[in-house]
Amino acid sequence: MADHWRPRASLAAVRARARLLAGLRGFFAERCVLEVETPILSAAANPDPAIEPLHLDADLTGAGPGRWYLQTSPELPMKRLLAAGSGPIYQVCKVFRADERGRRHHPEFTMLEWYRPGFSLDDLMDEMAALVRCLAADAGLAEERITYRDLFRDRLGVDPSSSQLQTLQSTAVEQGIASARALDLDRDGWLDLLLSHCLEPHLGQGGLTFLHDYPPSQAALARIVPGERPVARRFELYWRGMELANGFDELADADQQRLRFEQDLAVRAGRGQAPLPPDGHLLAALGHGLPACSGVALGLDRLLLCLCGHDHIDQVLAFPVERA
Amino acid sequence: MASYKTNEFKGGLKIMLDGDPYTIVENEFVKPGKGQAFSRVKVRNLKTGRVVEKTFKSGDSVEAADVHETDLQYLYNDGESWHFMDTETFEQLGADASAVGDAAKWLKEQDMCRVTLYNGAPLSVEPPNFVVLTITQTDPGLRGDTATGGTKPATLETGAVVNVPLFLEEGESIRVDTRTGVYLSRAKEE
Repeated sequence: MADHWRPRASLAAVRARARLLAGLRGFFAERCVLEVETPILSAAANPDPAIEPLHLDADLTGAGPGRWYLQTSPELPMKRLLAAGSGPIYQVCKVFRADERGRRHHPEFTMLEWYRPGFSLDDLMDEMAALVRCLAADAGLAEERITYRDLFRDRLGVDPSSSQLQTLQSTAVEQGIASARALDLDRDGWLDLLLSHCLEPHLGQGGLTFLHDYPPSQAALARIVPGERPVARRFELYWRGMELANGFDELADADQQRLRFEQDLAVRAGRGQAPLPPDGHLLAALGHGLPACSGVALGLDRLLLCLCGHDHIDQVLAFPVERA
Repeated sequence: MASYKTNEFKGGLKIMLDGDPYTIVENEFVKPGKGQAFSRVKVRNLKTGRVVEKTFKSGDSVEAADVHETDLQYLYNDGESWHFMDTETFEQLGADASAVGDAAKWLKEQDMCRVTLYNGAPLSVEPPNFVVLTITQTDPGLRGDTATGGTKPATLETGAVVNVPLFLEEGESIRVDTRTGVYLSRAKEE
């Protein structure tokens, strides 16, 4: 196309991005959180089965050809810095994910990730809300916090951990997803379907909504609190019907971490996904000792969408992949 | 038959669902950051025109529909079928009333039409955007009122009825936009 040399985002959106970056750097400087950089390319990859990394085959060390994975998030190397005693840190970086393209997805996007030693998950939600209020220049921006279980019980009348799969399926059909009859999903798949189709559009419409305390099966790298009804200490931030951020009370136990990597790799193998080299450096760092901390990753492009009042990610990208 | 994976979904793709051909109107990629990805699509049933929503698990495959569009020349109506011809191969195809639908009232012999074929048979017919048709019946216009914007109904040679300016008479040819059914102008005599 003749005009494809032009930016897709308006120049106003380009300027809004610059203001956003300056604003968040000011916010963290004031709070003495250190800005850091870690590599985009790594010999290891996070084996999370829900996220597919891109890779590059090249000889980067002079020691022969190797496979390098583009980061899907800077989480693993940042935890190595924390284990080495960095104190609170943040990073703004590009991350990459294969097979993700849509109105709210772009294979390359900008992530803000930060870690707070000594913070509980609630402390981190407080700071997250303060950051968004600061960037939106709206000190009165409301917020609500609701657990995953209460959200499903209140809005859909199902219990995420105890309802039968058939109940989850018939709820999806009742909610207007007629084709749910033909879907073959596991429990987390049904919960993801209900959350993304029926619940998410209503979240964060009156301000910020923190959804927290996830089923242990969706813990990812969050600490699990045992008990009669164990939960993963994880939160997601929603604003204007859109998922913006994912935070964890970070898992610090090296053996637990090794086990989750193994479980993830087993799930990948079962689904026919490529195996990935787990991060031995991270396991060594956890073995050395990760301070108790909470951390969160925020999609800056989506936050910018909210701040600019746009609804397609391309509206805040200078050059989306089709014009890159 | 070929199939498509969900990551190939895009507007205009023709797929089979529950035994009927559909075209994808809109495809939305939905994925919780740490969870299952879905393709949420709006699809139009090419037989009934109805639009419905469907959700697929990312990575699922769907059978491709053998649907394509081609330009064919309208030949004649034998009372039951409308007959069209491929002007390159001279192959002739008959379309029934359900395929021709509302297009019937605009079809004039020799005109080129956009025909959607499903498994080789006409599924729908789109008339040309602009057609030239002769007025076969209209009441005489009022004398003296030649240019002041009043209109009257006129029946055209294909049976369509359109509103035309009062000064037009039976036997005259006019240009009509078939998408809106609106009179555009007097046609030049050929």
